[in-house]
Amino acid sequence: MIDKLSWVAIYPEVVLLVMACIIALVDLSSTSAQRTRTYILTLLTLAVVAVLTGIAANDGKTVYGFGGMVVSDPMGNWLKCFATVALMVTLVYGRPYAADREMLRGGEMFTISMFALLGMFVMISGSNFLLIYLGLELLTLSSYALVALRRDNAVASEAAMKYFVLGAMASGFLLYGLSMMYGATGSLDVNEVFKIIASGKVNHQVLVFGLVFIVAGLAFKVGAAPFHMWVPDVYQGAPTAVTLLIGAAPELAAFAIIIRLLVEGLLPLAIDWQQMLALLAIASLLVGNLAAIAQTNLKRMLAYSTIAQMGFMLLGLVAGVVNGNTYNAQFAYSASMFYIVTYVLTTLASFGIILLLAREGFESEEITDLAGLNQRSPLYAGVMAIAMFSLAGLPPLVGFYAKLAVLQALIASGQALYIGLAVFAVITSLIGAFYYLRVVKVMYFDAPVTASTVSAPRDVRTVLSINGLLILLLGIVPGGLMTLCANAIVATLAN
Amino acid sequence: MGLLSLAIWVPIAFGVALLAFGRDEHARGVRWVALVGAIVSFLVTVPLYTGFQNGTAAMQFVEKASWITRFNVSYHVGIDGLSLWLVLLTSFTTVVVVISAWEVITERVNQYMAAFLILSGFMIGVFAALDGILFYVFFEATLIPMYLIIGIWGGPNKIYAAFKFFIYTLLGSLLTLVALIYLYNKSGGSFDILSWHKLPLGSTAQTFLFFAFFAAFAVKVPMWPVHTWLPDVHVEAPTGGSAVLAAIMLKLGAYGFLRFSMPIAPDASHEWAWLMIGLSLIAVIYVGLVALVQEDMKKLVAYSSVAHMGFVTLGFFIFNELGVSGGIVQMIAHGFVSGAMFLGIGVLYDRVHSRQIADYGGVVNTMPKFAAFALLFAMANCGLPGTAGFVGEWMVILGAVKANFWLGMGAATALIFGAAYTLWMYKRVYLGPVGNDHVKELSDINAREFLMLSLLAIAVLWMGLYPKPFTAAMDASVTELLRHVAISKLPS
Repeated sequence: MIDKLSWVAIYPEVVLLVMACIIALVDLSSTSAQRTRTYILTLLTLAVVAVLTGIAANDGKTVYGFGGMVVSDPMGNWLKCFATVALMVTLVYGRPYAADREMLRGGEMFTISMFALLGMFVMISGSNFLLIYLGLELLTLSSYALVALRRDNAVASEAAMKYFVLGAMASGFLLYGLSMMYGATGSLDVNEVFKIIASGKVNHQVLVFGLVFIVAGLAFKVGAAPFHMWVPDVYQGAPTAVTLLIGAAPELAAFAIIIRLLVEGLLPLAIDWQQMLALLAIASLLVGNLAAIAQTNLKRMLAYSTIAQMGFMLLGLVAGVVNGNTYNAQFAYSASMFYIVTYVLTTLASFGIILLLAREGFESEEITDLAGLNQRSPLYAGVMAIAMFSLAGLPPLVGFYAKLAVLQALIASGQALYIGLAVFAVITSLIGAFYYLRVVKVMYFDAPVTASTVSAPRDVRTVLSINGLLILLLGIVPGGLMTLCANAIVATLAN
Repeated sequence: MGLLSLAIWVPIAFGVALLAFGRDEHARGVRWVALVGAIVSFLVTVPLYTGFQNGTAAMQFVEKASWITRFNVSYHVGIDGLSLWLVLLTSFTTVVVVISAWEVITERVNQYMAAFLILSGFMIGVFAALDGILFYVFFEATLIPMYLIIGIWGGPNKIYAAFKFFIYTLLGSLLTLVALIYLYNKSGGSFDILSWHKLPLGSTAQTFLFFAFFAAFAVKVPMWPVHTWLPDVHVEAPTGGSAVLAAIMLKLGAYGFLRFSMPIAPDASHEWAWLMIGLSLIAVIYVGLVALVQEDMKKLVAYSSVAHMGFVTLGFFIFNELGVSGGIVQMIAHGFVSGAMFLGIGVLYDRVHSRQIADYGGVVNTMPKFAAFALLFAMANCGLPGTAGFVGEWMVILGAVKANFWLGMGAATALIFGAAYTLWMYKRVYLGPVGNDHVKELSDINAREFLMLSLLAIAVLWMGLYPKPFTAAMDASVTELLRHVAISKLPS
């Protein structure tokens, strides 16, 4: 029986779960204010998990386990690997911030974020509607707790409340949609559902009705307009370290479940969900880019920027199936995957800088708080500028290639409508360039408020420098990561 | 690493190295490193000229390496007669700009110098790129240093100008990106610009491509009516920024017409030539008149740039050899002359801190050496024979007359306006009695400024007296280009 269970498909998850429990226990006996022991143990565990998933991903094998409940494939393993690294980086950036704000009186930040990661892993490797949903709930429950970590802070509590209520509603949508799929097809297994729908013996209307709810639920989770209302409030209200926790790594998992549910499970309904995603993308690009201009709060601006970026990412998924033909699918979906991976990389850098500046005793949330950063620290201003230009999609930074890949996928479809979408995306990103530029403007052109230089612990400084450099280097040689994403998607589509 | 790669990456490497220097205590060292970097970068480009084979339209100094395999993008560079002189112009201007900033820039010196060196490498990259994405990457990347140059070291209204510059030019180039991807798909997965030249394209596709390219290149040139960003930006940009902008960045747009619009969409180019010629003539005549009434010297020269660049696009779209070669010669000449004009204004501005023509008068009395240089450049700007400005304009006018007499007439009137606004400005600033106390206290140019202006003066005179090296290098490429444009790409 053991081999039928295929533990090999889930051993990173097992390591994560066991270690999370052990670390929680170890933390009970730890007294140090900074939680050094917990911190180091967590990072070590994550490093091991990242290596494990990296090795599995590099194998390129697809393994199903537990009666097809979970799947370990290159796409999932790469996403897990990236998500783990992203969480490590998040914890490095976030620890000094959290320590300053007495969020480290207990070790919850570390252990809960490990459980959140476990949730992401389950989402990513779930090959069954129910399991994917369970993973999602584990992630979101952990996230609610993290947002509320500063429970004496009214703003954070309010954000947690909003996040919880809207998140629960989204989960409800998703669950409702999934149950309708079950009702129509009689199966919860992703591959099974695909086959049943492809056979064409299912009532199309019920399917589409369920699909609407699934897409709405997913849109909530990635923060696509018009289901984006929670994003600005939660980004702004949550402690910045937690904003990064919920804004970076989980996006990778969200991408994974979109692929698992919509592509692997519901590809025969592509014509229907592509239309829905196209509308979501258009709305997100418009709402995100336009609303971001008006923001003075940096975290809120980045929240709207996230909405817009997600819109762009969704565009990649729109062009996968053309006239019932899937020749464009691998280009389109790998473009989206590349987009989301590079987006997370860039988000880490930009929030890393905010966290760094926020340590100087105030929150550093306003865009004007960055004033004259170049005079105070050319290095950090440089990293932030690279992140902003990359988000704006300017070469030679990696964000450009992400946009290029998505636009290419749209135009390669040869459909006039999709080419129009590409032009629309381009014009809205021009609007986007305006507010990213404003951040650069403030850092480079304005006079600093204080003359003090910015200092950071060595680990933060090193990781931030590497982070900024990667955005630039991947912009100069983007080929490797692009090929990686392409191969991963091809392997997933082959199943 | 080949010569062209060196020409692109040496200045960038020096620029990046300068960024590591840190604060302004080391300003002295920074300046010297920057100067050495600029001179080395220039010297690297010299063999491109000495080793250049005239009489062939083939790309030379070609380097090709796979870059992004997934999209079949390659690092593919090479130059022909259309781009050779633009590369040299770029590296030459960078040397002059570094000298011009010597004592003038005292804040964040390393970043200033680094920005110009990196910008220089990017611009050479644009002129050398033979791959669509490589071209686009360099084309766009130039925005970042220029944005920072304007925004950090610019005048009082610098932020408005920096944004206007960035957003205007970004809009155009983003649409071009869509066109590039469209061509990639049309050509069956290739970003090779030269292979695009042979691609058959329907008339709708050509029109679409022509206007997508137009969006980027016309804004960059800039053609009337999308030129409004240029005067604003020039007024606010620091001297070096204005010089590079006028001398080289505007040429990126004109070059784009030669490399993309005309050969890729020849039928659309012919179909819309009336529009291009019309807009060019408006630039030449109307903007010339606008220049006449300016009270700010920089604005005047900025408008005169628009008018002169109108000559360039006019030359291109009359589709004969004289016109196209004349346009290219005019690009180079305008590079030298407008660079010199802006640097000259910078010299005055450093002393008086005003660019208003009314604040001057009789400068020749206190700054005779400088006034002599200024006279030379003013003459070149009006197109006096024997200076660089004459050759290109004369060729374009001849070409225009050949195409249509009245067209030639229209273009030629521009010479009158050009002479009028330039000489009138010269009279008001330099001649007559000393205007006020500021002018009375002016000291003449020092050795550094003398060196900087001499370099440009030599270039202007050399090109004016002996233009053969310039035209000889481009002849074959121009013929080839025109042959391309003459063949319809419509699928039969």
